[in-house]
Amino acid sequence: MNSIAAEQLKTLKISIYRYDPDIGKKPYMQSMDIDIPKDKDIMVLDALQLAKEIDPTISFRRSCREGVCGSDGMNINGKNGLGCITPLSEAVRGNKLELRPLPGLPVVKDLIVDMTQFVDQYKKIQPYLITDKETNGKEIPQTVEDRDKLDGLYECIMCGCCSTACPSFWWNPDKFLGPAALLQAYRFISDSRDVATEERLDQLEDAFSVFRCHGIMNCVSVCPKGLNPNKAINEIKKMLFKRAV
Amino acid sequence: MNGKGYLDASSLPVKEFDGIIVGGGGSGLMAGLQLAQSGMNTAVVSKVFPTRSHTVSAQGGITCAIASADPDDDWRWHMYDTVKGSDFIGDQDSIEYMCQEGPATVFELENMGLPFSRTEEGKIYQRAFGGQSKDYGKGGQAERTCAAADRTGHALLHTLYQANIKAGTNFLSEWFAVDLVLNDSNQVTGVIAFEIESGEAYFLKAKATVLATGGAGRIYKSTTNALINTGDGTGMALRAGLAVQDMEMWQFHPTGIHGAGTLVTEGCRGEGGYLINKDGERFMERYAPNAKDLASRDVVARSMMLEIIEGRGCGPDKDHCYLKLDHLGADLLHKRLPGITELSKTFAHIDPADHPIPVVPTCHYAMGGIPTNVHGQVITQQADGSDKIVDGLYAAGEAACVSVHGGNRLGGNSLLDLVVFGRSAGLHIEDSFKQGIGISEPTSENINEVLKNINRVNSSKDGENSSAIKKDLQEVMQLSFGVFRSAKNMEEGIQQINDIRERSEGLYLADKSSKFNTARVEALELLNLLEVAEATAICANERKESRGAHSRDDYPERDDENWLKHSIYFKETKEVSKRDVNFRPKIVQAFQPFARTY
Repeated sequence: MNSIAAEQLKTLKISIYRYDPDIGKKPYMQSMDIDIPKDKDIMVLDALQLAKEIDPTISFRRSCREGVCGSDGMNINGKNGLGCITPLSEAVRGNKLELRPLPGLPVVKDLIVDMTQFVDQYKKIQPYLITDKETNGKEIPQTVEDRDKLDGLYECIMCGCCSTACPSFWWNPDKFLGPAALLQAYRFISDSRDVATEERLDQLEDAFSVFRCHGIMNCVSVCPKGLNPNKAINEIKKMLFKRAV
Repeated sequence: MNGKGYLDASSLPVKEFDGIIVGGGGSGLMAGLQLAQSGMNTAVVSKVFPTRSHTVSAQGGITCAIASADPDDDWRWHMYDTVKGSDFIGDQDSIEYMCQEGPATVFELENMGLPFSRTEEGKIYQRAFGGQSKDYGKGGQAERTCAAADRTGHALLHTLYQANIKAGTNFLSEWFAVDLVLNDSNQVTGVIAFEIESGEAYFLKAKATVLATGGAGRIYKSTTNALINTGDGTGMALRAGLAVQDMEMWQFHPTGIHGAGTLVTEGCRGEGGYLINKDGERFMERYAPNAKDLASRDVVARSMMLEIIEGRGCGPDKDHCYLKLDHLGADLLHKRLPGITELSKTFAHIDPADHPIPVVPTCHYAMGGIPTNVHGQVITQQADGSDKIVDGLYAAGEAACVSVHGGNRLGGNSLLDLVVFGRSAGLHIEDSFKQGIGISEPTSENINEVLKNINRVNSSKDGENSSAIKKDLQEVMQLSFGVFRSAKNMEEGIQQINDIRERSEGLYLADKSSKFNTARVEALELLNLLEVAEATAICANERKESRGAHSRDDYPERDDENWLKHSIYFKETKEVSKRDVNFRPKIVQAFQPFARTY
C-alpha cells in the first residue's frame, strides 16, 4: 500500500462498529472518509488497515491476508465474509462500506467477537480421527475415491462466517452445533480411516445438535471457501434417519 | 487491568508451568502435543488462535523419503539434496536427523488424520519439488514431497490442532509474549506475556521455554508471509543477549503473485508448470539445463531477476515473469492445485487454466534464526568462540536455526523441519524433566530489567506511531537487502536502519486502553521486526561472499576458505563472528563441498 501516494485516489465512506468495554459507552458506528486507489480494486481488509492508520484504536483480527487462516471474518455491508479476500468492488454499495462484527457472538471489542462458544461446539464433535486400523508403521491405506470424499469438507478454516450467519445458531448456540462444527463432524464420518461413525452419530441424535438446522442455507451463501455445510448436514440427517428405521 | 500501567515485579501475577511453548504453529503444536501426552503441566502461548498461525499458508507439501512415489527412495538421497541445497552451510548432523526421522513423523501425521492426497495404490501422494534428486544427484528428478492437494500446511496445522484437542493441551490463545526472563545464572525462567483480550500481564514461569514463534518476513515490504510474522522470538532472544545465526540468509520464493505477494507453490512447477519471459521463452533451460524450473529456489529467483533486469520481464513495466500452467489442463489444476486456482482468481484476477500467473521473487523464509542443537536446545556463543547451551530455553521451526537449511532451504523441507524438531524439543524436555531440571528463581531485579521494554511502550507520552516507522523499515530492507546485494546499498541501508532505530526510541503508543489493544501488539511487534532487520542487515554486509540466497555483486563467488561458516550476531556489540558448520553426521559420511549446479 506504500505506493498509494503516487496513485490516483478517491474517497470511500467507511463506517465501522465501535465498542470498547473499558469505556462505559454504548456501541456506535464510527464513520470516516478514507483515500483509496482509484484504479486498483483493494480488499476490505486493506481499507480497514487504511482506517486504522487514521485511527489506531480500531481493533480487528487479521493474519494471513489471503483467505486461509480465518481470522478476519466480519459482517461486510450486511453479509458475512473474510475482509482479506473480499474486494471493494464486490462489497461496496453506493460508495459506502459498513463493517460490523460477526453477528450472534458476544463482542469483545470493535470487530472482535468472542469465539469461545464456536470453538466449544467444534470440540464437541471430537474433531480428530478415531481409528484402530493397522498401520505397520506406515500410512493407513486410502483409495483415491475415498480420499475424494473429504474434498469440500477438510478445507474449513474455522472463520465462523457460516455459524454466525445461521438463525438456528443465534437461537441455540449452546445446543445446536452450527454448520461449521457439523461440516467437521461429517468430515470425520466420511473418512474411510475413521471407525467411530456409530459413536459420532449417537452424539448427534438429539433434537438440537443437528436437527435445529432448517435448511435456511445462509451458511452456503456466505462460506468464503465455497463449502457446503448444508449438504453435509443433510447427509448426517439421512444417516440418522436410516439408522432409526 | 495492569496491562496499561507501569509493570513491576512486586505486583506482577505469576502463572507457573513445567513447560511453555511460545507459538501455536506447526512446531509449537508438535512440541505441545509431545508434552501434553507426557502429562506435563504445559501451556501453548499463541498471539493468535492456533489455526491462524502461518503454517496454515504452506501449500505444496512436506518433503520426506517415504518411498511412496519411488519404492527405492532413500533418506540419504534427501540428505544429499538438502546439504547441496544449503550450499554446504547446513549442519549435517541436523540434516541427517531430519531426513532419517522424517518418514516415521509423516506416517504419524497421516495416522493422526492428515488428509494427504493419494496414489492409485492408496499411498500418500508425492510430487516433484525443486532441488530433488535420486541417487545423490545421479538418478534424475525425484518426487519426494508429500502433499494434501496444495493445502498441505492447512491440513497439517488443523490435524495438529485437533490432536492437541484430543490430548487436552492447555492453550493460552491470544496471549502476546513480550520478553524472556533470565535469572542471575543466565538461565531462562519463562516469559513476560499479556492476555490480549484483558490486557493483563503475567510472568509465565517455566522450567522449559520453547520459542516456536515462526518467521519474520514482514521486515520486507513484499513478502509471502502473514501479517503476524514479525520475528517475536528472535527479537526476544536478541534482547536477552543471546546469539542469532545466519540472519543474512533470506529465501526469496520465485513465485509470489506480482503486486499482492501471496505465495504460488513450487508444486505448480513440480506438476509440470514452467516460467516464461516476455518472449514466451522457457528461460530456466538456459540457467539450469538439467533441473530447469525445478532448480533450487535461490537459483530460480536469481534467474528471474536477471530476466527482469535485462529487459525481458513481462507486463507494461516489464517487472515480473509468467508462470504457465494452462497446458496442464483444468482437471489437473482442479485436483492438484485448487488453492492456487482460487488465489490466482482473487489476487491476480486470472484463471490459471487460461492465462499464466504474473509472479515475482518475493521474501518467503528465514533460513537463519536462533541457533539450536538437534534437541532444540538453544545455543549461544561464548567470548572464546565456543558453544554454550542456554539452560531452560529451546527453539524450533522457522524461529530456530538448527540449520537444516543453511544458505538456502529446499521446498517442502520447512514443514518437515517443524514437525521433526518440534517433536525433538518436546522429547528432550520430557527427558530432562525425568532427570530433574535445576533452574533457579529469577530475582525482582531480573524481572524489572526485562519489563523495561514493555514499560517504555506503555508509558510513551509522545512521538511517532509504529505504522509509519514500520513502513520505512520495510522499504529499506526491500531496496537494500533483496535478491541481489551490493556493499554500497547495504551500507546505506544500515545507516538508514540506524536512523529508524533512533526514531523507534521515540515510539509512541497513543492508545493506552487495556482490552484487545492491537495497537500495543503492533508497537511491540515493530520492536521485534527492527531487531531482526538490523541483524539481517549487519550480517549481510559482513558475509563477504555469495552463497545460497546471499548474492552480492562485489563478492560474486562462494568463498569456502573464509566463509564455510555460520555467521553469529549479538545485539549488544552489533558484531558478527563465525561458527563452525557441522560436518559430523552420525551414520553417513559427510558430504564435502563441491560446485553447485542444477
